[in-house]
Amino acid sequence: MENTINITLKVWRQNGPKEKGRFETYKLANVSTDSSFLEMLDMINEQLVNENKEPVAFDHDCREGICGMCSLYINGRPHGPDDDVTTCQLHMRKFKDGQTITIEPWRSAAFPVIKDLIVDRRAFDKIIAAGGYVSVNTGGVPDANAIAIPKVDADEAMDSASCIGCGACVAACKNGSAMLFVSAKVSHLALLPQGRVEGARRAKAMVAKMDELGFGNCTNTGACEVECPKNISLSNIARLNREFLSAKLQD
Amino acid sequence: MSKINARIPEGPLAQKWTNYKDHQKLVNPSNKRKLDVIIVGTGLAGASAAASLGEMGFNVKSFTIQDSPRRAHSIAAQGGINAAKNYPNDGDSVFRLFYDTIKGGDYRAREANVHRLAEVSNDIIDQCVAQGVPFAREYGGLLDNRSFGGAQVSRTFYAKGQTGQQLLLGAYQALMRQVNLGTVKLHTRTELVEIVIVDGKARGIISRDLVTGELQRHFGHAVILATGGYGNTFFLSTNAMGSNGSAVIKAYEKGAMFANPCYAQIHPTCIPVHGENQSKLTLMSESLRNDGRIWVPKKKEDAEAIRLGKMKPTQIAEDDRDYYLERRYPAFGNLVPRDVASRAAKERCDAGYGVGATGLAVYLDFKSSIERLGQKTIEARYGNLFQMYNKIVDENPYETPMMIYPAIHYTMGGIWVDYELQTNIPGLFVAGEANFSDHGANRLGASALMQGLADGYFVLPYTIQNYLADHIAVKRMTTNEPEFAEAENAVKARFEKLMSIKGKRSVDSFHKELGLVMWDFVGMARNKAGLQNAIEKIAAIKKEFWTNVRIPGNTTGMNIELEKASRLADFIVIGDLMARDALNREESCGGHFREEYQTPEGEALRQDDKFAYVGCWEYKGNDVEPELHKEELVYESVSMVQRNYK
Repeated sequence: MENTINITLKVWRQNGPKEKGRFETYKLANVSTDSSFLEMLDMINEQLVNENKEPVAFDHDCREGICGMCSLYINGRPHGPDDDVTTCQLHMRKFKDGQTITIEPWRSAAFPVIKDLIVDRRAFDKIIAAGGYVSVNTGGVPDANAIAIPKVDADEAMDSASCIGCGACVAACKNGSAMLFVSAKVSHLALLPQGRVEGARRAKAMVAKMDELGFGNCTNTGACEVECPKNISLSNIARLNREFLSAKLQD
Repeated sequence: MSKINARIPEGPLAQKWTNYKDHQKLVNPSNKRKLDVIIVGTGLAGASAAASLGEMGFNVKSFTIQDSPRRAHSIAAQGGINAAKNYPNDGDSVFRLFYDTIKGGDYRAREANVHRLAEVSNDIIDQCVAQGVPFAREYGGLLDNRSFGGAQVSRTFYAKGQTGQQLLLGAYQALMRQVNLGTVKLHTRTELVEIVIVDGKARGIISRDLVTGELQRHFGHAVILATGGYGNTFFLSTNAMGSNGSAVIKAYEKGAMFANPCYAQIHPTCIPVHGENQSKLTLMSESLRNDGRIWVPKKKEDAEAIRLGKMKPTQIAEDDRDYYLERRYPAFGNLVPRDVASRAAKERCDAGYGVGATGLAVYLDFKSSIERLGQKTIEARYGNLFQMYNKIVDENPYETPMMIYPAIHYTMGGIWVDYELQTNIPGLFVAGEANFSDHGANRLGASALMQGLADGYFVLPYTIQNYLADHIAVKRMTTNEPEFAEAENAVKARFEKLMSIKGKRSVDSFHKELGLVMWDFVGMARNKAGLQNAIEKIAAIKKEFWTNVRIPGNTTGMNIELEKASRLADFIVIGDLMARDALNREESCGGHFREEYQTPEGEALRQDDKFAYVGCWEYKGNDVEPELHKEELVYESVSMVQRNYK
């Protein structure tokens, strides 16, 4: 019952942030279409190691679409040719026998390449550190049911909070903007009474940090929403703009 | 004096934690900033501890192997987190959560620790809500609960099927707030490779920068390990690819006891293996058992037809289906604990009723729930899980039942800790899955998140002060001390040795070989001959690994094969320990099932008169048999009975 395909890979190899990168071509035979894309890369790496060559470095961890570690630009699309999935959830049944697959790292000024397909996404953590939280310490908080929150608000906050911080939105954007990422966190917290208190301060601090780190401007092309593996909606960006404007008006 | 002293506070069970907090030593604010605490790991336990200790004013150094603390594998927990809030008014209480956890752990957990866990469970929910964790709510605006295995009350709080993600993001955000305030210094893509002991106390670590390959020395007045479990010893597990047991093995090799290594949890609802290039197994949340019914065909010929692809599950008539959990355990039905559900699935498949191409799968069917509640309700509850299944298996679970099979998921065993979460090495603390203390021989669903956050938010911030209060006069070390140099040299020698082997086989080929030995002989059903065989096979793998592994590249710069090789060397040590512990424990309890010890109905049969103890293994040197020490388990508030879910 198992189907297998033969494929050609064009993979971006780069030794370090300052080194020059290049594409290398590898052939891989008998790939089960039930394999995941990363299992296919495991096969390539096994092949390379057996030839005593350095394997292709790529980020990955949970392999179930939630940790946000995997990235990859596959045939020109972040997370490859399937909708609503991360690269680790992409399966080889989406490719054809004999196909050539091009694999590149995220390309963005704010995400420099570390090695091969691995990029440095710490800029996202810096944006969160600037204000992506509710400023409460451990202990001394009210009972969890002390504040009733309308279910629709809680559900909407949950949708925004589903962002996995993979960076596909930045990679998909022709301007390299991080607006979808930033707006998802601002929305998540702004929709809840716990987060409302410091909503204005948060929006300003996170946007200022985003600008400082070299992310581009948002021109509403919507590419981020299309490529987001978790379906984070563009309406978050609209909400961030409202939050930001009203915060500025308060100044 | 014995090396094992749990140091459980005096007094009645329900008063112990309060008494402890009333009398423990504290560190005043001006001294806190003079004290350095190293925390390795940024999952629920590590991130919550780092954030809390930073807020208190300690100088915290936090380490993670990933590019961000938010990637830790706690993020993948799906179903929920338990607490004794009793919001649904269905009879829950702190005692009942404590009792269910002790019983679920098959009477092999420490009473005092488990009671404390149940006590702080409610504070965790309050804390997370205050942080903005978007738990599921009712239309009235209050929090919703659902049921999980091993309990007859609904005490599980959840955020869709992404509870671990939301709780971790809460802890991560609290941690990043402290990073911003300067109380926590974050080291990403950095791996602990050695623990530094000075005058018998843990005083620092050696780390390796995974980008540059550089070794670094770090001083801490205390060291906390929160590095998760060692399920990846089996190669295939639900753990993330990077999850490893190396930090706990460094602790073990420095003299910390490894407790109950054989207690590993096999999760009943994972997506079955597809082929030999499989890299990991994907969990389908236990919460699915709330609404899904597990079955196999009643007739062997039907099962065979399905395996050959001649028949579909939807063609099997209702009367020809064996809902074996409902049949065997009418009181708990599909919500029996994980160990019971896993063994029942194996029993049916071994008897020839398994489905799927391999025969190693059973069905999890939502047909009757969809008929009863409508597809919309099921979609709202489990939509993301159904989507995940569909992407992996290419089948629509709304129409055709899911196929599931057990897989290694969680390790209850870990580094031995006392009541304060301190190991037998002073100053070395272990939290979360990496320690052994709260789940006994089997963990109940939605209790891992509870324990990780309990340890980090509400236990360590108290207990570590009791230790540090005696160390306020200890000056920060420069890390030029001989103990640091020695530890760094040992690490260097080890990495150079690995690189010098220049053999013929890849790291993964060894890891897969080890995994198969573990699954076949140290997996769901174990016996004496098999375990002895496993110990020999693991020794042979170890020997070949250290003479024939091939690692391209060198020790400088990023070298992913070297990282994997170093971790695999430690998994081999763990595999051997698991087999030895399983061999020693001549009884069945929780996730540890010895075929020789079962009731006539095939249920686990404990031997309380001989094995009501924590098996603590002390390292005696490379290739030397470890020594077993025992912590006797005394139950004052519950009586030990055979678990009954019928």
